[in-house]
Amino acid sequence: MSMKTIFVFTCFAALVLWPLSAGSYGIDLVTKIMIYAILALSLELAVGTTGLVCFGQAGFFGIGAYAAVLLSPQGEAAALWWLLPACVVAAGLYAMVVGALSLRTKGVYFIMVTLAFAQMAYYVVHDTSLGGGTDGIYLTMKPVLGDWLDLDKPLVMYAFTLLGLMLAFAFLSLLLRSPFGRALAGIRVNEQRMRATGFSTYPYKLAAFTLSGAMAGFAGFLFAVKDGFVNPELMSWHQSGAVLVMIILGGLGHLRGALIGAFAFALLQELFQNEAVFGAFAKHWHLGLGLTIIASVALLPRGLVGVLGQLRERLVGRPMRRGAAPIAEVRP
Amino acid sequence: MDLATFLIQCLNSLQYGLLLFLVASGLTLIFGIMGVINLAHGSFYMIGAYMAFALAPIVAATFGGGFFSTLLVGTVLAVLMGYLLEWAFFSFLYEREHLQQVLMTYGLILVFEELRSVLVGNEVHGVQVPAILSATLPLGEVMTYPVYRLFVSGVCLALAAGMWFVFTRTRLGMMIRAGSTNREMVQSLGIDIKFLYRVVFAAGVAIAVLAGMVAAPVSSVYPGMGNQMLIVCFVIVVIGGIGSIRGALLAALLIGAVDTFGKVLLPSAAGVLVYVLMALILLWRPDGFFKAA
Amino acid sequence: MMKMKRIALAVALLSLPLFAQAQSKVKVGLMLPYSGTFAALGAAIENGFRLYVAEQGGKLGGREVEFFKVDDESDPSKATDNVNKLIKRDNVDILVGTVHSGVAMAMARVAKDSGAVLIVPNAGADGVTGAMCAPNIFRSSFSNWQPGYAMGEVVAKKGHKKVVTITWKYAAGDESVRGFKEAFEKAGGQVVKELSLPFPNVEFQALLTEIAASKPDAVYTFFAGGGAVKFVKDYASAGLKKTIPLYGAGFLTDGTLEAQGADAEGLLTTLHYADSLGTPRDNAFRLSYAKSYKLQPDVYAVQGYDAAQMLGVGLAAVKGDLGKKAEFVSAIEKAKIDSPRGTFMLGKSHNPVQDIYLRQVTGKENKLAGIASKALADPGRGCKL
Repeated sequence: MSMKTIFVFTCFAALVLWPLSAGSYGIDLVTKIMIYAILALSLELAVGTTGLVCFGQAGFFGIGAYAAVLLSPQGEAAALWWLLPACVVAAGLYAMVVGALSLRTKGVYFIMVTLAFAQMAYYVVHDTSLGGGTDGIYLTMKPVLGDWLDLDKPLVMYAFTLLGLMLAFAFLSLLLRSPFGRALAGIRVNEQRMRATGFSTYPYKLAAFTLSGAMAGFAGFLFAVKDGFVNPELMSWHQSGAVLVMIILGGLGHLRGALIGAFAFALLQELFQNEAVFGAFAKHWHLGLGLTIIASVALLPRGLVGVLGQLRERLVGRPMRRGAAPIAEVRP
Repeated sequence: MDLATFLIQCLNSLQYGLLLFLVASGLTLIFGIMGVINLAHGSFYMIGAYMAFALAPIVAATFGGGFFSTLLVGTVLAVLMGYLLEWAFFSFLYEREHLQQVLMTYGLILVFEELRSVLVGNEVHGVQVPAILSATLPLGEVMTYPVYRLFVSGVCLALAAGMWFVFTRTRLGMMIRAGSTNREMVQSLGIDIKFLYRVVFAAGVAIAVLAGMVAAPVSSVYPGMGNQMLIVCFVIVVIGGIGSIRGALLAALLIGAVDTFGKVLLPSAAGVLVYVLMALILLWRPDGFFKAA
Repeated sequence: MMKMKRIALAVALLSLPLFAQAQSKVKVGLMLPYSGTFAALGAAIENGFRLYVAEQGGKLGGREVEFFKVDDESDPSKATDNVNKLIKRDNVDILVGTVHSGVAMAMARVAKDSGAVLIVPNAGADGVTGAMCAPNIFRSSFSNWQPGYAMGEVVAKKGHKKVVTITWKYAAGDESVRGFKEAFEKAGGQVVKELSLPFPNVEFQALLTEIAASKPDAVYTFFAGGGAVKFVKDYASAGLKKTIPLYGAGFLTDGTLEAQGADAEGLLTTLHYADSLGTPRDNAFRLSYAKSYKLQPDVYAVQGYDAAQMLGVGLAAVKGDLGKKAEFVSAIEKAKIDSPRGTFMLGKSHNPVQDIYLRQVTGKENKLAGIASKALADPGRGCKL
């Protein structure tokens, strides 16, 4: 078992044991972070693995969340077995449409078009009566699965989210080792060469983009169920930006980077807002956050995942093992 | 809508479009020439507006100047600020991938917003229109059109003409255009490309700051004004074609028209229309209207 | 010997909670915007709240007040998390917040579900004391409907028959216009056009042209903050100020007069507070506030101040014991709050029943020009209290 696998297993073990020592706030907080970790994983598939820099991930996230609220019947709990797939499919469908149209563009144009589509979704829920406007809409009752799974209970929600995170991680791990995953990696590194060898890259990119959107929809579903409340800001470009920060902070090109990044970002925000540490300056916590983002991109090109490797290189001068530090290249 | 109202709306859309062009031109310049995505561009616009507010009393006290002196002082400060920023921060971004540039400049937005909050506070402010420009022109029986808005449009057009002239008719413009196409070749011809980039960046920043200062009397000065401007500017730059001043002008006028008439004819869709437009144009011409000018 | 010491220490430590109970601090959680567009409002509310507590010697109901703060960033998508920070992490006894209506609605939801006491010191969303009302939710400010309704009566009395409304398309704007429309149309007027633009867009030129083309008798508007400054200035520069009278909810000219300058001169607005009420209570408050913070107070400071008053009344009635929920609630319900704005009581849905003043902008002040609507109560539609 490599260091990577041990690390991942330790993380999940810690998450399983966390509710034993944490209070209700701790469980709440970690559930939220795990939801963001799933969102980060979805973006990692698009950006880190396939090299498609999507600045509109929040759009798919929001669609999953809004679908959860809009499709739930009023006044009674929806059944999980159809609501969850419905939300995932809704987000996936939108991702497929967006992908089909955006993949014609490249580089920064691609980034902007994905942003545009997220903004479109944002304005539809923000300005029309479909989404309840700027104040958002509420989920009156949380979905259940028969008699034995009620997501209204925080501990059940925590376990469900943790299970979702583990499944998402496992799914992506297997996907990346499959021929499909290898093809995506090849596209990221050099798409022209892939095409030259006879690969039709477009269907692969579209599939990866759609999957990424669907997974983001799953995260959105969890978010809506946990909070019982959705709001257009879920789809804002600030949210898209935040997820990008998470995966770069964690380390692009690694699944565990998405996990680490989500946790690090959330904890950093808590730190900077903490009055005990920063006193009266805590209300200017955006400053600390901004500086940290800049510093981490500038000084940690491989993200937190690569920190150990960087330190080792500094001290020992030995180069990192090959498989551990790929860097996503955005094609011009 | 009768003819008179329609014409007035056209005037509105033209004026708004020209202001958008002014801010977006700085962005397309930096983006096109140096290939740097700068999300903090909206912050420069905000800095300009706050400068117009904060500098006015200082300029008045030091040498009794009015609005135009404040504009001059502000522009000079902006050039200096742009120069320093490029040297200290942005020059490190040229080698980086777009994603990293996006994130670093996103962090920069947060830093600028918070610095503004620490230095000037969070209140809303107004800037007085200078006395010579405070007249209004009657339009129809009910409405008048402020001369100051015509002045703003005039400034935008003058700057557009100036930029065109510099780019197409001067040596500096020639070097800049060459540098954007082939950096190494220009360097090997003995031209200091670093200095060139610094100049271009400072110019881009100064244009955005000037736009903020000039627009301050009509737009008022408040936190968050940079963010609204930013997204629209990016849409303009992308539609127009990155690095193309002509394209930015055309796109800005188009967006101005869509926004103005959209608000009147389809108010609930007004927000979406701009993005639908962008998506449609990019699907028709994936590289924008014009390639780099 | 050691054993005795240990036992003594243990006994001492175990009995500490018994002492602590009577002396423990009451934890107040402030969830306000400390960053972003509404940061100045959040600061004013906190100042007002703290001022009242300081005037009572730092204690309410015999217990010292301990403050916890969370920056809600006026972002509704983070609202539930932020409330949970205060309720679950800091274990606050009382929640106070906020400015943004969307965030306040999320807070109200959590308060309704968990039973925590919530005092809203600004957000005017009708739903907070409407569909989302609960015995443990109070508001010390206003409902969006109130100033709008009051202005509707004023505009009708002035003889205007056709009015165009303009606002942002969000809850506060919609509810304000709805209130105006209700009173205005009841008095025989007609709202010929309802213009709106997406929040927080501030490009008004196109819509100003529309207003001019419609030629109404008057215009009613709701804008706040940066949008209010720009709208008033644009309205004046478009020459409409001289031809079509403009009326608005008080936020159009509150906190924005310095920025609006001469363009706001003479504007009539309605709000539950004015800059020169001249009552002894208000004068004392304004003096005290100016001394403590070197700033002039505004309506937000008053709302924060009154939120603390309401809490003080409740705590005094139960002598600091928050376990006696029913008495706490009924004490506040029956209380006459001696506010700088004038004495008011809470209505059935826990929203202030208060005088809405008519104010006119004179120089740098919103001077009192009369009472637009006496003891106006929000109908609390959808509230089942």
